[in-house]
Amino acid sequence: MRAYNLLLRFYPKSFRYEYGGEMRAVFARRLRDATGPFSAMALWLGAIPEVLGNAGLVHLDLLDQDLRYTLRMLRRAPGFAVTAVLIVALGIGATTAAFSVADFVLIRPLPFPGPERLVRVWERTSDYSRFELSPANFRDWKAASTVFERIGMYHLVSANMLGANEPMRVDGAAVSADLFPTLGVQPLIGRIFVDEDDRSEAGGTAILSYRLWQTRFGGDPGVIGQQLSLDGTAHTIIGVMPREFRFPTPDTQLWRALRFAEEAYVDRNDNWMYAVGRLRDGVSLDQARAEMELIAARFARQYPKENGKVSATVVRFDDDVPQQSRLLLIALCGAAACVLLIACANLANLLLARALGRRRELAVRTAMGAGRERMIRQLMTESLLLAGIGGALGVAVAVMAVPLLNRLVPATLPTASAPAVDIRVLVFALGLTAITGIAFGLAPVLRIGGEADLGGLRESSRAGGGQKERLRSALVVAEIIASVVLLVSAGLLMRALLTIQARDPGFRPEGVLTLQTPLPIPKYGKLATREAFYSRVLDDVRALPGVIDAGFISYLPLGRMRGGIWPVALDGREVNRADNQNAFLRYVTPGYFATLGIAIRQGRALADSDARDRQFVAVVSESFVKRYWPDVDPNTVVGRHFTFAFAERVVVGVAGDVRMRGLERQAEPQVYLSYKQVDDDSIIGYIPRSFAVRSTTPPEALAPSIRAIIARVDPSLPVSEVATLTDVVDRDTASRSVQLRVLGAFAVIAFVLAGIGIHGLLSFAVSQRAQEIGVRIALGAKPSDILSMVAGRSVVLAVSGQVPGIALAYAAGRSMEALLAGVKPADATTLAAAVTLVLVMMFLGSLFPTLRALRVDPLTAIRTE
Amino acid sequence: MLPVATYHILLALAAEDLHGYAIIQEVAMRTDGELTLSAGTLYRSIQRMLEQGYIVETRDRPAPEDDDERRRYYRITPLGIATAREEARRLAQLVRMARAKGLAPGKA
Repeated sequence: MRAYNLLLRFYPKSFRYEYGGEMRAVFARRLRDATGPFSAMALWLGAIPEVLGNAGLVHLDLLDQDLRYTLRMLRRAPGFAVTAVLIVALGIGATTAAFSVADFVLIRPLPFPGPERLVRVWERTSDYSRFELSPANFRDWKAASTVFERIGMYHLVSANMLGANEPMRVDGAAVSADLFPTLGVQPLIGRIFVDEDDRSEAGGTAILSYRLWQTRFGGDPGVIGQQLSLDGTAHTIIGVMPREFRFPTPDTQLWRALRFAEEAYVDRNDNWMYAVGRLRDGVSLDQARAEMELIAARFARQYPKENGKVSATVVRFDDDVPQQSRLLLIALCGAAACVLLIACANLANLLLARALGRRRELAVRTAMGAGRERMIRQLMTESLLLAGIGGALGVAVAVMAVPLLNRLVPATLPTASAPAVDIRVLVFALGLTAITGIAFGLAPVLRIGGEADLGGLRESSRAGGGQKERLRSALVVAEIIASVVLLVSAGLLMRALLTIQARDPGFRPEGVLTLQTPLPIPKYGKLATREAFYSRVLDDVRALPGVIDAGFISYLPLGRMRGGIWPVALDGREVNRADNQNAFLRYVTPGYFATLGIAIRQGRALADSDARDRQFVAVVSESFVKRYWPDVDPNTVVGRHFTFAFAERVVVGVAGDVRMRGLERQAEPQVYLSYKQVDDDSIIGYIPRSFAVRSTTPPEALAPSIRAIIARVDPSLPVSEVATLTDVVDRDTASRSVQLRVLGAFAVIAFVLAGIGIHGLLSFAVSQRAQEIGVRIALGAKPSDILSMVAGRSVVLAVSGQVPGIALAYAAGRSMEALLAGVKPADATTLAAAVTLVLVMMFLGSLFPTLRALRVDPLTAIRTE
Repeated sequence: MLPVATYHILLALAAEDLHGYAIIQEVAMRTDGELTLSAGTLYRSIQRMLEQGYIVETRDRPAPEDDDERRRYYRITPLGIATAREEARRLAQLVRMARAKGLAPGKA
């Protein structure tokens, strides 16, 4: 019989209490009536599934009953129901949206097999912790290393593709034959590169991305073996990669074999390769790093001049997310968690107030035999139902919000598509909803469930005081703390964004249109060809109405290519990378400085007369002068010599600093060279291909005419990345503004929720103490006494929330200091603004309850009892 | 449509008030042992029938000789009788329809 008692435990307690004895009696009679050991055993065997099945059904019955009861109750209090559901929806929606982006960028493994063994290998110098490799170093290091199963390299290369339709600019990568096997990917159709493709005498080969295959080749499997022209050279299509394969960036459309002539291995300081390795089984990251450092040290001794200060580093492949993106996302998740916390506290408070208001009802039900277990069950059903509806709505909110957060995904993430609400995120949201429902449901359950059952009947409903009030106040204080943290964080980030946006980029972006005209090699390898192109385009564009000036440059500042630094040698010495003297290399056409509005501080800008047969000249930036001639009288800089880009140059002018790498970076030394002073087919990566036009008319409107002019000069030339310079600058802070907007929205939500929380708490307190207030007024209390009684509460709450709130906000500010662009975590303006806002919130939240308390009519208040 | 167990319990209680085990015995007897209600099915049904008002618990002890303090007796209510009658009519209707198609013995 003890075994049967245990089985009965599967039933809900209330049912067991009611019918357990009966069921035991029935079972006992059955056992007694059973004849022989076999029928007794059969009875036992039958009892187990019978009890389990029926117990489950009884649970469902109860659930059904509780749900119907809950729905009835909620229909009677629609205001409460809607408020609760909306609060949950906001909390869950914010957290789910933040999670789906953070999961996508930070947690989810990259879409390659065995992603945990994929690493990147970089050169490391005193200036750069991660520096591209030179082909020679890569080749030597690879030959010497033992920790990799495979290691491959690649570099980004765009090309003009000529096919059936108009010319098109495609972003691609040149990859060594072992790169795809390192990543562990297989082609969708055709084959991947083999070692033969890498030999310089082999015919050109190319592999298409799924997208390019679909959009330009109609998804035709017969594309294998076809020819296409890349920068005027024929390539054979040998394969198509699967749809999900996006490497190294999501925009990559095409892969070419990476091939070097023997000369490419000569210069060890020509750093432009990216390396990806797959560690051998059982090799740890630290072991790999240690071995690579040893190898690098060996080659540093062997080539002291070039490699003297070059070490190596190995980092996890998925660690490649920029620190800033990581911080932005973590801050976002923290903010979302704050919102959820506030939502939960608010709901717990709402439910508590409701439960206290329902004490009579609950007590009556208990007196009628409902039992504590049924009570708790019913309350939990109610909170879980509210959480469930709110959670579903929250997921809908997240689905709508996630596309807005796309900007927070670093553009370099080698993965297909964009973050979306998928199964992982749904499971997360479901778990969150359950936790939320239980968390805020628990408060009233603990309060009501723990109470003597008949208390609610005996006492008047007014007595809500003591412990419950303290719990509710604590919840409101938690809300205030969280909203202070959010307000301060949002404020700090806003200050940071404003600081960054207020920075002078070094040029005037308004009224400038930019675009790319990727002059292909070998067609434009000769200077004469380029000169003809530039002069025809520039003449025609300058003749357009409204155009002030126009110019070409190798790479525009804040554009996609933010590198391009070359070693500098002063005073006739030989160029030596070990000296760590570098500057940005940019070739420009005359007119570039005027077009971008870059100031010439000394001497002159570059001119058409700076031709190949004349003295090689340079315009250097102020930061160049400050770094390399710090003690020289600024007026004597013009006329000084230095060696740069394979030739000795004389300074003819000093230009204002430009923030080449972005508004958040310091200006580094820059050197501008005349586009004419370079050998044919030399330094082809730096041929001026970016075009900028300044006009008095709206610059966007110029695009069609400029396209037409370029098409007239060279119909095979694609024009791409047409954008105003203002947009380019804005894009530099886009992920920040998105994050700030999200965080700002979170802070507003938190602000409103906390305000509602305070309002709820005080209104409830006032209505509960209406009688007391009435008595006080009757006894002659002045309005000011009542005022201080109610408002005093609110002040105590505000102070006890503000103080820890500010401390926590300071800690939060410290942890994201890297994002603050020099704004101090204890920024006084921000703190003062946040404190003021919270005080305003307290004032608004307590306004109506206070007014109500003042308007209490002593006679009515006393009579209600 | 009434669940089978509910219908049989109503029939068992139609003549007299019974306790749980007696209901099981009565149903088993009437169906020649074809339907033996388990304790779980019985009391789950009873709980629902109490809620729906088909039956009530009674304090009268009609069979004192095998009375037991714990035993609860159940009595059918007028609503229970009406419900059982309605269900019988529905079933008769079904049988009539089957007869009309020659799928059941007897005349249409």
